Amino acid sequence: MTKTRKTRAWPRLLFALATLFALATAGAQVELRITWYDDGNEGQVLRDLLDRFEAENPDIRVVLDTVPYATGILQSLPLQLASGEGPDIARVTDLGGLSQYFLDLRPHLSDAAYWEANFGPFLDWMRPAGSDAIPGFMTQLTVTGPFVNATLFEQAGVDVPTGDTTWEEWADVTRQVAEATGTAYAMVMDRTGHRLAGPAISYGARVFDEDGNVVIDDEGMRAMMQLMVDWHADGTMNPDVWIGSQGAYAAGNESFVNGQVVLYMSGSWQVGQFDQLIGDAFDWRVVPNPCGPAACTGMPGGAALVGIADTEHPAEVARVMEYLASEEVLAEFYARTLFIPGHLGLAERGVDYVSDSPSAVDALNVFASQVGRLDQVAYDLQAYRYNRFVFDAMRDRLTQVFVGELTLDEALQRMQQDIDAGIAEAQ
Amino acid sequence: MSVGAFLTRRRGRCGPDVSDVLTYAYLAVGVIVMFGPVAWLVLSSFKTPAGLVEFPPSLLPMAPLTAEVEGYDRPLPLYDVTLPDGTTARLAQVRRVGLEAQMVDPDDPGEVLRVPVADRTEVRSLQFRFENYTEPLQRFNFLTYLKNSVFVTVTATLITLVVNSMAAFALAKYRFRGRNAVFLVILGTLMIPLSVVLVPVYLVIMQVGWVNNLWGVIIPGAATPTGVFLLRQYMLTIPDELMDAARMDGASEWRIYWQVVLPLAAPALAVLAIFSVMWRWNDFLWPLIVLTRSEYFTLQVGLNAFQGELNVQWHYVLAMTVLTLLPITLVFSFLQRFITTGVASTGVKG
Amino acid sequence: MEPSAASRGLGTLLGRAAEAVYAFVMGLLGLVVEPLQRLLGVRRMPWVFLLPNLSIFGLFVLFPVFLNLYVSLTGGTQLFPQDRPFVGLANYERLFDCGSYADPNSCVEDRFWRAVRNTTTFVVFQVGGMVLVSLVTAVVLNRRIRFRSFFRSVYFYPVLLSPVVVALIWKWILQRDGALNALLIGVGLEPVNFLLDGRWAMTWVIVVSVWAHMGFYTLILLAGLQSIPAELYDAAAIDGADGWRTFRSVTLPLLMPTMMVVLVLALIRAVQTFDEVYVLTGGGPGTATMMIVQYIYQTGFATQVQRFGLAAAASVLLGLVLLVATLVQLRVGRRTEGHLA
Repeated sequence: MTKTRKTRAWPRLLFALATLFALATAGAQVELRITWYDDGNEGQVLRDLLDRFEAENPDIRVVLDTVPYATGILQSLPLQLASGEGPDIARVTDLGGLSQYFLDLRPHLSDAAYWEANFGPFLDWMRPAGSDAIPGFMTQLTVTGPFVNATLFEQAGVDVPTGDTTWEEWADVTRQVAEATGTAYAMVMDRTGHRLAGPAISYGARVFDEDGNVVIDDEGMRAMMQLMVDWHADGTMNPDVWIGSQGAYAAGNESFVNGQVVLYMSGSWQVGQFDQLIGDAFDWRVVPNPCGPAACTGMPGGAALVGIADTEHPAEVARVMEYLASEEVLAEFYARTLFIPGHLGLAERGVDYVSDSPSAVDALNVFASQVGRLDQVAYDLQAYRYNRFVFDAMRDRLTQVFVGELTLDEALQRMQQDIDAGIAEAQ
Repeated sequence: MSVGAFLTRRRGRCGPDVSDVLTYAYLAVGVIVMFGPVAWLVLSSFKTPAGLVEFPPSLLPMAPLTAEVEGYDRPLPLYDVTLPDGTTARLAQVRRVGLEAQMVDPDDPGEVLRVPVADRTEVRSLQFRFENYTEPLQRFNFLTYLKNSVFVTVTATLITLVVNSMAAFALAKYRFRGRNAVFLVILGTLMIPLSVVLVPVYLVIMQVGWVNNLWGVIIPGAATPTGVFLLRQYMLTIPDELMDAARMDGASEWRIYWQVVLPLAAPALAVLAIFSVMWRWNDFLWPLIVLTRSEYFTLQVGLNAFQGELNVQWHYVLAMTVLTLLPITLVFSFLQRFITTGVASTGVKG
Repeated sequence: MEPSAASRGLGTLLGRAAEAVYAFVMGLLGLVVEPLQRLLGVRRMPWVFLLPNLSIFGLFVLFPVFLNLYVSLTGGTQLFPQDRPFVGLANYERLFDCGSYADPNSCVEDRFWRAVRNTTTFVVFQVGGMVLVSLVTAVVLNRRIRFRSFFRSVYFYPVLLSPVVVALIWKWILQRDGALNALLIGVGLEPVNFLLDGRWAMTWVIVVSVWAHMGFYTLILLAGLQSIPAELYDAAAIDGADGWRTFRSVTLPLLMPTMMVVLVLALIRAVQTFDEVYVLTGGGPGTATMMIVQYIYQTGFATQVQRFGLAAAASVLLGLVLLVATLVQLRVGRRTEGHLA
């Protein structure tokens, strides 16, 4: 081969150029990754806000990885975090369970006091017990509560119940409406213990004993669960969600959006989605949480955007978080996504929701008014570090009762077993 | 007609008889049962969301006929309405509120009539909603996922072919100590489905540094026991004399492998290639674990992410499912003869 | 495998290009392998050929199996094995802790035993049904029919579809508002919510699984049928045997080895079923269609408290079952090969 002299020059030149280029851009751009999920349009809104941030901060590039909630956030993310392969920032719902992986932004924040003032109570949900870390902020506060299809009520000639109502009353009324209008099912509920917890607490479930241990079997819990069993047995409740869904979590929003159910027990995060998908197909509204002997409560909740402790760029993460948590940015975020603000200042001042439909704004106002009626047990349960065990046990074992594999007594025993086993293993 | 006559191989009769009729009937039913569900999927993928929800579903994708009406910016759906005087007219619906619909005559839009919902029936026509295919492509990074899937499938198949054929060659054409043990070990791993060793394999991948790397998806699955098994079976039938002759001509073992044995094993290689393409293209659980960054997603993972979102939109899911089916269907229709003869010839020597 | 006349021209061009690339690549690889031969001698060459395969196996299959075995002897929720406390056989004890093995409800890990029961039911009926259907189809395809390769492809097509796609297709048909119920209503029967009924769910899971996989085994059986020499049939006919007799004494015995292969392959795959069933029913309603692999996946991965140790123990047990099945297959295969020889 006689070409050796010529061919040897090229690689060297290229290598030199490459090194120069690498040196020039080294340290130029930090790439941050956010693991995100969507209930409605919030991904797009966030992307807009991030684009603006990137324009003003050319040294940071933020990539938004949108994953499905059930497999991406509930299943994959914990594994990634445990193995150290997680993102820089994540939107999570299991605040207590994953709190050990969150980054404390406090040392990098320019104004920690702002965070304390506006996110104070919610920070407790995200921290390991006893710490004063600031891991992030709430992308939304959520409240659970029922949606109803007002158009169906109208067609049936039945008034939508107002004032304090009970779940049995709702079951009766919606059954009437369903029959009159030929709707397949009267009610549907999301497939998660979290949704059931509100009604259960209303009916007297205390969940915790005096020492703070979880005791699942009490009168109130039994009463509500028995109602659920009855409703699934007599066809009041749509079985597709609790019995027929694959995967762990399933939502009943499809049947509500398609007008196949009269009442849908879910929560405030659906408002944005319903606004888009239902449009003017029918009139929908939110009704206050029905009452039981103990309370008229739903469950609080929400998702938080948190920094991850394993990140290589904590300072940059803090900058992005400070931008997103700033009042104007958050105000815009909440306004466009139709979420209830998890920011005390904005909650007080009110948010100018961007929506053509009066239904959406009304709905959000009803939810906001429900916050005051939330029972202390509901707050305690939401803040409880291992609440995920409780919700999953409730969900899985109750489903077995619906299909006849267990009796309610056996199921409650098993729930207790599952919860205790889970807590024991986690400690 | 005796059952036996039906079962024996030879027929030699001119003109159809009962067993022939039964045979073709069975085959016809087979075509319906095998292709029917897929055809239903494809037809459904062109329906509107409302069309997907209606029950009983219509076979073909029917959607409401719409008309442009002066004074309204969106096209309005058309209905055949029985008017109070008994005649029927075709009207366009502006809005439906509860039990009443507000309708206008498309030609004379000035007057708004209030028509009870029960008196009207939708006018429908055969319409293929191609938007079901184009809309998600904007939200759903189809091309990236496709590129990743193709890269993984092609690379993995090539590596699989080389690595497995080398191993099969060693096991089929040589006698050496430990041969049976190795073969047993390889076969034994047939019984370990990935879902069972998920976490340990993930840990290994993590230590190697292949998380979020397409190689983490390609390499682990490349050494398939089925592949080795298949190829070995086939290579056993290649006469050793050919190898001896080549050795006498001074060829190295490597040369014998790729110049003598591999070409003769082409049918089995083709089968393995097809299976590998199939497995890799459809591989779901493993890429789901290894790839967490969306730019590395393969098509199946991307499709799952897409359909796993909280709000399931069937019309998009069905359309993207059909798209995911298409490549394998095309490959199949070109290579079907290889597949069917190949599977048969290698599987039978069990 | 005759190339069609029309494509022969393009085929030869592509073929020659492909050959050139092939030779080039193999030559390159040979640069690594051939010196090894000089170094190690011909006798050690098999190991060189085995090396890539064994390395991948070793690292990504065998090592995880042993790791899994170790993990099954540990407890706790830590991900990394070195952080996990050693608990000996506690996980296995927990799995076998039952009042009565016949009643899952009396067991501590009731879901494990339900999964075992479901898997057993599934394997028995799915393999039985599938082998039967495959046999009948193979016999039918073996007859002198027109468009045989088209029909062969028809039965094979579902094999190509991914489990997710298969499950989606059938979910779409079987759901309450699906095509099947529409058909039932059309003929005047009551619609059934198939996937929400315990017995129907299992039945349909079996049917869908048979639908998706029978083509593969049909082809194998077909080849088996076609390898039976025609002379034997002629001889039987000359001896005056009628069809059924011929089938019993000629076809069936000679098909037996192939049947055995099909049976055991189908068995091994059936025990490992997960994707299709999981996407179709999620293991539901309740736990009516939860298979053992789903139990393992859920226990070790998909639930909030990830009990790696327990899942590993269950997977070791599964592995043992499959090991037995594989050994049986090898034993039977060797014996029948001997028979024919």
